[in-house]
Amino acid sequence: MPKPKLGLYWAASCGGCEIAVLDTELKVLEIADFFDIVFWPCAMDFKYDDVRALADGEITLTLFNGAIRSSENYEMAKLLRAKSTVLCAFGSCAADGCIPGLANFTSLEAITRYVYDDSPSTVNPEHVRPQPVWDVPEGTLRLPQLWNTVRTLTQVVDVDYVIPGCPPQPDQIKAVVDAVVDILKNGKPLPPKGTVLGANPRACCEECPRKRDVKKIRAFVRPHELIPDPEICLLEQGLICMGPATRGGCGAKCVKAGVPCRGCYGPPTGVHDQGAKMASAIGGVIDSTDPEEIERIIAGIPDLVGTFYRFSLPGSTLRRRQV
Amino acid sequence: MSFEPNLVGFLCNWCSYTGADLAGTARVKYPPNLKVIRVMCSGRVDPNFILDALARGADGVLVCGCHPGDCHYVEGNYKCQRRLPITRMLVGEMGIDPRRVRLEWVSASEGVRFGEVVSEFTEEIRSLGPLALQEWAFDPAAADAQLAHQGGEHA
Ligand code: SF4
Ligand code: SF4
Ligand code: FES
Repeated sequence: MPKPKLGLYWAASCGGCEIAVLDTELKVLEIADFFDIVFWPCAMDFKYDDVRALADGEITLTLFNGAIRSSENYEMAKLLRAKSTVLCAFGSCAADGCIPGLANFTSLEAITRYVYDDSPSTVNPEHVRPQPVWDVPEGTLRLPQLWNTVRTLTQVVDVDYVIPGCPPQPDQIKAVVDAVVDILKNGKPLPPKGTVLGANPRACCEECPRKRDVKKIRAFVRPHELIPDPEICLLEQGLICMGPATRGGCGAKCVKAGVPCRGCYGPPTGVHDQGAKMASAIGGVIDSTDPEEIERIIAGIPDLVGTFYRFSLPGSTLRRRQV
Repeated sequence: MSFEPNLVGFLCNWCSYTGADLAGTARVKYPPNLKVIRVMCSGRVDPNFILDALARGADGVLVCGCHPGDCHYVEGNYKCQRRLPITRMLVGEMGIDPRRVRLEWVSASEGVRFGEVVSEFTEEIRSLGPLALQEWAFDPAAADAQLAHQGGEHA
């Protein structure tokens, strides 16, 4: 039997998902042994033409990390969709938009102006901007064009499975690899399309060992203003912990270390919007029935939308800020 | 053509929906812009219902519940009272005028008041104009055209 073919690609992402794959340690050797890796630009020398030369569906599985934010990301998303039997959104950027998706709080115009003119370290008196198409004597040069709105992979192509996390935890990646190998080796059926792999359906709070005792709060605090009690729920201590609005799967890593969950596993099953879920959860812990006091308490939440949607703005209900 | 606001209303079953019913039987006149969705309690209004309505074409969302102290489920409306301001703040920070989301208490006997609330809200949203969300839907035709302009393939 020929080896199943594996592709790994990064679009708009930081590279952390690639590191997470390498962080599976010896498993990565097992992956290289079991699969024929046909595309992995971060780790091995491949060109886009190598992918174009493959037949449709020839790649058994592609793990696609990164959001879709440029003409190049878009082209690769479509190409890898066509060439892969199973396309998996790997990591928070592909699944929910993640940190690159925070660009949806502003506009391409504003970002470009800042980077090419206004940032303190930029000297650009002629206001030079990158040109997408440029003719030189040797031929035509082309640069990918950035988009005004960052999209999730699911919003632009058909996706079979999602592995969430920023990045997905190596233990979860190992478990998914084991499951995939088992399916391919033993001819087991694939999980239903759309299944979220390497995570739990329920919220991070379910994995958190901290005690919750319906304590209500009258003010929110920032992490540097408080040494949190090691046993009590952080939200009940007034810290904005995204646990209630975040999918479990990491084993409540941050919370166990005394840091509020930042929400990197995206919304749990049945929740579409992390911000709306947090609005509910926070509504539940505020101790007041006086409208003015409620306004005062919530005004004390630092960077409300940046906190609620740090990892999921493009995938959220409203998708981008109106600018 | 003049702009007719498209409004969604979440009305609690026990007070506000009954209030709206009374407005009907009492033949209170008010604009027909509000599309009413009956919920058991204002505490049932998940903030995502509101965001979803705005994302799917509503120009404004009205939530109505029993007056504080009168909720059929004792404290559903207090819950709503804490969630709504956060939702409004969130909507505002997302660049949408928070006046597009409104909370009002309407009792079962306040048919006239219900009519006033709807009239006032309709006029307020009319003055704000339509909520046209930018680039909400992904436009594959535009993305394909851009890609073609790039030569169709990246190196
Ligand atoms: S809110 Fe945070 S600290 Fe509290 S139970 Fe949930 S994950 Fe744990
Ligand atoms: S606790 Fe939250 S932010 Fe930290 S790894 Fe887990 S899901 Fe991500
Ligand atoms: S039943 Fe009316 S607000 Fe709860």
